[in-house]
Amino acid sequence: MRLEVIPHPSLSRRFLPPILALTATVFIASFLAMVAGGNPFAVLGLIIKGAVGSKFALLETLNRATPLIFTGLAVAVAFRAKLWNIGAEAQLYSGAIVAVLMGTGALAWSAPALIPAMIICSMSAGAMLLLIPTLLKTRLGVDEVVTTLLLNFIFLLLVSLLLEGPLKDPMGMGWPKSARLLAEARLPRIVDGLRLHWGFGIALIAAFVIWIVNIKTTFGYAMRAVGYNPEAARYAGMPVNLIMTQTALLSGGLAALAGFSEVAGLKGTLTLDLSPGFGYSGIIVAMLALLHPLGVVVAALFVAGVFVGADSMSRAAGVPTYLADIMLATALLLMVVAVLLTKFRIMRD
Amino acid sequence: MGEVVLRLEGITKNFGALKANENVSLNLEKGEVLALLGENGAGKTTLMNILFGQYTADSGRVEVFGKTLPPGMARAALDAGVGMVHQHFTLAHNLSVLENVILGTSSLWSWKLRYKLARQQLLELANRYHLKINPDAKVSSLSVGERQRVEILKALFRQAKILILDEPTAVLTPQETESLFETLTEATEQGLSIIFISHKLHEVMKIAQKVAILRHGKLVATKETKETSPNELAALMVGNPINPTAVTKRESGPVLMELLNVSTDTQHQSKGLQNVSLRLCSGEIVGLAGVSGNGQTSIADLVAGLITPSQGKLHLDGKPINRWSPRQSVLSGIARIPEDRHHAGTIADFSLTENSIIERYRDQPFARHGWVNWQAAVGFTQELIKQYDVRCPGPDTRIRFLSGGNMQKLILGRVLQNDPRVILAHQPSRGLDIGAVHYVHKELLEARQKGAAILLISEDLDEILKLSDIIHVSSEGRVSPPFQRGKVTPTELGGWMSGAAFAKQESMHAS
Repeated sequence: MRLEVIPHPSLSRRFLPPILALTATVFIASFLAMVAGGNPFAVLGLIIKGAVGSKFALLETLNRATPLIFTGLAVAVAFRAKLWNIGAEAQLYSGAIVAVLMGTGALAWSAPALIPAMIICSMSAGAMLLLIPTLLKTRLGVDEVVTTLLLNFIFLLLVSLLLEGPLKDPMGMGWPKSARLLAEARLPRIVDGLRLHWGFGIALIAAFVIWIVNIKTTFGYAMRAVGYNPEAARYAGMPVNLIMTQTALLSGGLAALAGFSEVAGLKGTLTLDLSPGFGYSGIIVAMLALLHPLGVVVAALFVAGVFVGADSMSRAAGVPTYLADIMLATALLLMVVAVLLTKFRIMRD
Repeated sequence: MGEVVLRLEGITKNFGALKANENVSLNLEKGEVLALLGENGAGKTTLMNILFGQYTADSGRVEVFGKTLPPGMARAALDAGVGMVHQHFTLAHNLSVLENVILGTSSLWSWKLRYKLARQQLLELANRYHLKINPDAKVSSLSVGERQRVEILKALFRQAKILILDEPTAVLTPQETESLFETLTEATEQGLSIIFISHKLHEVMKIAQKVAILRHGKLVATKETKETSPNELAALMVGNPINPTAVTKRESGPVLMELLNVSTDTQHQSKGLQNVSLRLCSGEIVGLAGVSGNGQTSIADLVAGLITPSQGKLHLDGKPINRWSPRQSVLSGIARIPEDRHHAGTIADFSLTENSIIERYRDQPFARHGWVNWQAAVGFTQELIKQYDVRCPGPDTRIRFLSGGNMQKLILGRVLQNDPRVILAHQPSRGLDIGAVHYVHKELLEARQKGAAILLISEDLDEILKLSDIIHVSSEGRVSPPFQRGKVTPTELGGWMSGAAFAKQESMHAS
């Protein structure tokens, strides 16, 4: 048995496998819901209803998708250049810390000056954080999967240390959380009265900008070239290490925006549970999107919908929320296979 | 007529719309050498893979010693006594010759028991077929020719009565080829039958009794070598007679690039250079012959800017180069045709357009203030496709779907379009069919006519002899003195390839 490349896949060949993958995911999830004691036929309906069934549900899903778009973009950019950034979680927290440092009264600026400054500084923090593993990789050949992954744990401990110490809210009644951001440092809502902040808007703009960079600029071209074939890129005279480093700066910056937008847009404060693994879910989002920046938006909405929907479903049907994790894992695995089937056919001989 | 030991009957194999083999029938008689001749892509490999059970034929059958082989079973061909020596050897480098030979022939549990017996058998075989070998030597310490002997012994040890040799001389020096032919003659006298796959006409004429010619998957003719000529075979292979590329004499111009006593560090597996001097003049093709892995890669990498000399100097236009990188090499007007067009020359998942601008994506007219001018890039690519006859659906096609020849044409176009002053052509025609080879040669000669200085690195001695004005030979990281066109014989070059002539030269210097 072997795989053969399909030169020009037909339309059905391109779209059928992913659709089948999602259908199969639903079936598997329904089966598991039944095992857990719920009604398998009601599960899907409850998830959809929980995700998009009401204005509140829909806004919740969009809010949840916001950090996922940022981390998904961060991972997509890095993975495209074959830089395996598993550290979006740490970069997210670095952005959140900067947002707290700048937004809790250190700078007495007005919002139009303060918010752009916070965006730039948190992006820089995330960029610097990924720069270290990248330099170790390009200079010394240290595996960035290990370094970026381990930095996640180091950073979580650092956040814990800060929240117990210098950043601890004196008015917080002993809880490990930071002081609240000033009103000038908060991202406004997109529409008055609706619980959706401008972080979502920035995420959409970021996805669009990355897409344009990818296809229209020399930097995007070089990034893709280095990712597909570094040997050919080097032979052609591209500064492979420099491009890799610039890619890392961009990726780290994007991930940090997730932290910034969660603090400045949604929560208004930094706690240890700011991210329920947005950095890791970003990998799922990027893979589901096939590393395409606009696909990241769609995939992030899907993943957020499943999370939010499963949450509400579990309460209504009385099955554990873990079902959401299983659904996403199944969707990812099946999607990887489905994508393979859009590009290759299986030959038996 | 001798006894027919192998019979292929009406073999047909399609891959989608591609007819890889169409109704091919062949007979191999006992004690004969049958040459299988054809361009790349003519269907030789597919045919042998069907014989070996790697592929299942759509129709037709394979018969060995009168018995039909079950289709699709690799074991069956081996058990029936067919042995294959692949072009790329399949030896374990960290094991000894003996261990390599018995590997896979007996179960692991009886290993120790067979060891002694196997050694005896191996020595006996080596003796019988004049294949000189030390059974205890590590394969990693053997030369390419010796490794091939191990491969042949491996097949013989498995009691092969029919040997298939896939391009066996591609990696050998003329002397090693000579000794391989002696072995093959000896083997046929002992009753073995051999299928010899090649595209080198004079070797086929020399060793084979019968030649089967494949073209586009069809068997076009089977000829007795006594009753044919190389020209006729070439014509049958290509379909229409081709004129040998005419090389006109030409006065060489000024020195454009020079390597002065250059040494380099060893890079991964490629040999470092030792005190190498080379001179590339305008309007001249300098051929660098030699068996692969003897420093050619280092010289190519040096010219392409991938490595810098550890000692010695690189001169361009008589001026020493201080900063040297692939980018500098491109900017200096050096056209680089890499050895490995799949990995170094192109990006498989990029379109033709994206591949066309890879060396100049930052420069006018393809870029402006960091934005790619795709319109200019597509225009440039369409120009290349037209001018260099690249067969493809269009500039948006991903390059992985092009044949090797068309890929090479695009690379040629990409680097030759700007009338480069220096051209590095590293194995420019490897793996291409005769038509494409002819095309590459024509382009190189045309560039020479326009005054380019060309460094042609090739393992194909015929190619070197045909095109070069000056010939050097590399061996073990050293480079021979230059020889003028027509003033050196292949045998002399062989002496330099094997390193023997270097030793002689050194002893002369010493005395």
